[in-house]
Amino acid sequence: MADQDMLENDEPLLVAKSLSKSYGRIAACRDVSFALYPGEVLAIVGESGSGKSTLLQLLSGQLAASGGQVSYRMRDGVARDLATLGEAERRFLFRTDWGFVHQDPAQGLRMAVSAGANVGERLMAVGWNHYGRIRDTASDWLTRVEIDIARIDDAPRTYSGGMRQRLQIARNLVTEPRLVFMDEPTGGLDVSVQARLLDLVRSLVAELHLAVIIVTHDLAVARLLSHRVMVMKGGRVIETGLTDQVLDDPREPYTQLLVSSILPP
Amino acid sequence: MIAMIDVANTNKTFTMHLQGGIELPVVSGVTFHVNPGECVVLSGPSGAGKSSILKMIFGNYRCDSGRIGIRHRGALVDLATAEPRQVLNIRRATIGYVSQFLRAVPRVATVDVVAEPLIVNGLARVDAQTRAGELLHRLNIPERLWQLPPATFSGGEQQRVNIARGFISDLPILLLDEPTASLDAANRAVVVELVAEKKRQGVAMVAIVHDDEIRHQIADRIVDVTSFAAAA
Repeated sequence: MADQDMLENDEPLLVAKSLSKSYGRIAACRDVSFALYPGEVLAIVGESGSGKSTLLQLLSGQLAASGGQVSYRMRDGVARDLATLGEAERRFLFRTDWGFVHQDPAQGLRMAVSAGANVGERLMAVGWNHYGRIRDTASDWLTRVEIDIARIDDAPRTYSGGMRQRLQIARNLVTEPRLVFMDEPTGGLDVSVQARLLDLVRSLVAELHLAVIIVTHDLAVARLLSHRVMVMKGGRVIETGLTDQVLDDPREPYTQLLVSSILPP
Repeated sequence: MIAMIDVANTNKTFTMHLQGGIELPVVSGVTFHVNPGECVVLSGPSGAGKSSILKMIFGNYRCDSGRIGIRHRGALVDLATAEPRQVLNIRRATIGYVSQFLRAVPRVATVDVVAEPLIVNGLARVDAQTRAGELLHRLNIPERLWQLPPATFSGGEQQRVNIARGFISDLPILLLDEPTASLDAANRAVVVELVAEKKRQGVAMVAIVHDDEIRHQIADRIVDVTSFAAAA
């Protein structure tokens, strides 16, 4: 199978090398290195204060690193050091090839404008200008994330938490990014709403062959969505590997503690 | 004949850090191979490490030392040291695993749960669903259940869905962890038939089966796991 062989030989999309961040004497993130490949879902797990959100900010170029570097292979195939990108280039990357799904949808959406505009805005930012096509594409995406088209002109502030989160996902995916960062995307949702969202994300990720870096403290989320997992503690990656391997056969004391702390369903 | 699975001198010990770091030796010196078209059954009492060996061959458990040789697309790969993404590729193209329990994904219809391994390998959805239907039919899952998620099915039904999902692919290696445990006689017979078909197609299999009669029907060779007992 040709496409499968290609999968084994392709180049990484994002490479982190010895990434560190300290605030004065406090090291929030120490010496993190890994490579992420197209279509690969990497979960970063650990408790509050482990440095996982700081790492996500470093990887997405929202925070300057104290040491190390992040390189990203642009659509032209050339890997670029994120620190050398200009502000305009970085913003363009964020609008096109990257998505960022926040835990709080209010951070990733414009709450007072319509759902259709929230999705359409990303398209306009990349140069779409035909109103009809923008609206069609926006409707199409609302359907894909299971939002009733009848609600297209309503603002997300009138939406439930689960709908807002699905709208945020539509807004991020409409430009067909290759890499999406997610920060606790199911964090504030009820369990039943979580399950629906996870299922949706899981199928979209596979369908669109998305690479995802997802920060979560919920190991069930990591198990359902990710191929690989990195366990963080005290700003360091203490264990990493295939998700089912790390969760079913954890090696480090801290990972064993995390795994054993899950309540059986 | 070139072996599909070649396990050599593999050791596994669990270190339980939360219990004061006690060590639980599972197996040591595990050595055996499986040829194409052959079904090797692991035997030994509960706790002897049969499931752990199966999980190591699938890359679900790590091994502390030794080699898990897998013939993947014509080349021998050591799964014990392979990168995560290579393990995933090997699972997609080479090794299938039928676990004891179905890990149900919420909201996905039974027919799609079964068809998924074929779709992942590039077969068109309709064709994959047709083949899934044939297999579900053989395993006596009534058609009215196919569009429902298997989460609410009985234990035996879930296991048959699991078996269908495991047997649908044309993967050259299959690992079977008690595939007939909660099945009635008619469905056990279907599984025996499916195993025989896989043998004729040259699939290499490793199985754990407690039922003596089934073991007798599917095993070409028996590997006694107690000979790999780790020195406690």
